[in-house]
Amino acid sequence: MKNIVIKTDKLTKRFGDFIATNEISFEVYDGEIFGFLGANGAGKTTAMKMLCGLSTPSSGSATIAGFDVYKQTEQIKKNIGYMSQKFSLYEDLNVIENIEFYGGIYGLTRKQLAHKTGELITQLGLQTEAKKLVGSLPLGWKQKLAFSVAVLHEPKIVFLDEPTGGVDPITRRQFWDLIYAAADRGITIFVTTHYMDEAEYCNRISMMVDGVMKALDTPAQLKQQFNAGSMDEVFFELARGAKRKAD
Amino acid sequence: MNEVIVQQVYKTYQHQEIKAVSDVSFSVKKGELFGLIGPDGAGKTSLIRMLTTLLLPDAGSATVHGFDMVKDFREIRKRVGYMPGKFSLYADLTVEENLSFFATVFNTSIDANYDLIRDIYVQIEPFKNRRAGKLSGGMKQKLALCCALIHRPEVLFLDEPTTGVDTVSRKEFWDMLKRLKQQGITILVSTPYMDEASLCERIALLQAGKIMSIDTPENIVQQYPGKLYAIKSASMSNLLQELRNYAPINSCYAFGEYHHISFEKETSNMQNELIRYLQSKHQHALELKPVQPTIEDCFIKLMNATV
Repeated sequence: MKNIVIKTDKLTKRFGDFIATNEISFEVYDGEIFGFLGANGAGKTTAMKMLCGLSTPSSGSATIAGFDVYKQTEQIKKNIGYMSQKFSLYEDLNVIENIEFYGGIYGLTRKQLAHKTGELITQLGLQTEAKKLVGSLPLGWKQKLAFSVAVLHEPKIVFLDEPTGGVDPITRRQFWDLIYAAADRGITIFVTTHYMDEAEYCNRISMMVDGVMKALDTPAQLKQQFNAGSMDEVFFELARGAKRKAD
Repeated sequence: MNEVIVQQVYKTYQHQEIKAVSDVSFSVKKGELFGLIGPDGAGKTSLIRMLTTLLLPDAGSATVHGFDMVKDFREIRKRVGYMPGKFSLYADLTVEENLSFFATVFNTSIDANYDLIRDIYVQIEPFKNRRAGKLSGGMKQKLALCCALIHRPEVLFLDEPTTGVDTVSRKEFWDMLKRLKQQGITILVSTPYMDEASLCERIALLQAGKIMSIDTPENIVQQYPGKLYAIKSASMSNLLQELRNYAPINSCYAFGEYHHISFEKETSNMQNELIRYLQSKHQHALELKPVQPTIEDCFIKLMNATV
């Protein structure tokens, strides 16, 4: 029996007449790499905000790591990690300061922090950059560091919002090595991406179209279901009927 | 005739600490659709900003439509269209006001060049009284393209027009570019998406401020040294580890549904030996086949060669 770490039932968010996320129901399992895909404007960001405890749903229910999205948002925040391409680290703090800042927020003790900081810097090969401002690091290093910081407190789930956008092809793959290693440690990965080859690296994929979850399965099953040669074709098949186009 | 000629251009920032563009030379033919392909930090934006006369180079020279990018900046500005990576129109003006503002700045009118933008503008015309700041991402992008075209430029510079845009909208955007090209406009477009390279006539692969290769996408793929194979098994993550530990493998990395691998030395039984080795490591449902390299494979190969 697989442990469920995210469970939603008809989760909905309305803004006036507009239904951004329309009755989505799904489950995510412990240690799973779950791809959350959809066209621009499909309602992904809204759904992710609800799952992270940042936005109160209009109706429906959801539990994240066992906590309720209406009543236990603070517990949710303690048990998840979050990283996006747009916001991750403080550019005007150096590498060590960023690690200590995030570790402090998540309540790691000084001893734990000292240990984790050393471990992380060695693991990422950032010894010579440890005292450099994060703003001066190449994007690929920033993203790898941002991911490691997002899982510093060993959360149950980490939410990654387009973590590899604009990153070079070699670093993009190194980033996925980090994702696999975290998943092997039992951290559940919830990830969005516009790279369809990355969709293949997920255990299961969901596809949002116009606020609705149109498909949810393994990459292999989805390709079979849509009689498609690649995930790109599956995406195209599902998203081309979309009526909404936004960010 | 070359519309854009770039000769040994250099650009650094922060007292030469950051080398954004180093010794870059290339040219773009009249009417060509030319792609600058590379990740963030490759130097794409710096190059485009120098060619649109918004930045001065540290060294080197370039001409656009025959004009020098430093001396003749006024002439160049009249003749190029520029769509920056970041949305840069007036958020508080409506769709129509933005377009008419840019037309006026260039001493022309929407009517005079309407035929050029018609295909694109009709898609946003129903919202012409909406403020630009209130448009969706896709519509903002279309408006920005119309504003960059309204003075009928000789050369159109597009800086990452498809970044963060989903597959369907990306395909639509490239179809628009192809139609513009048919109207004789020279287009220089940058993108971090390697799969878009094949939609350009010629491309430059950029990495860390340097050009690694310039050619047609077909030729770049043909020049890939050695043979490339795709492999998969029931356990892809473990398979990658096993491949990394296997000496006869020269390179291996994840590539969508498969891993791509190349061998140190091509021999007649290397494929069988690899399969036997992996079976001994309890890999099953193995599939191994030769594949055509993609631009992304070439990019990885070139990156590894320069490290």
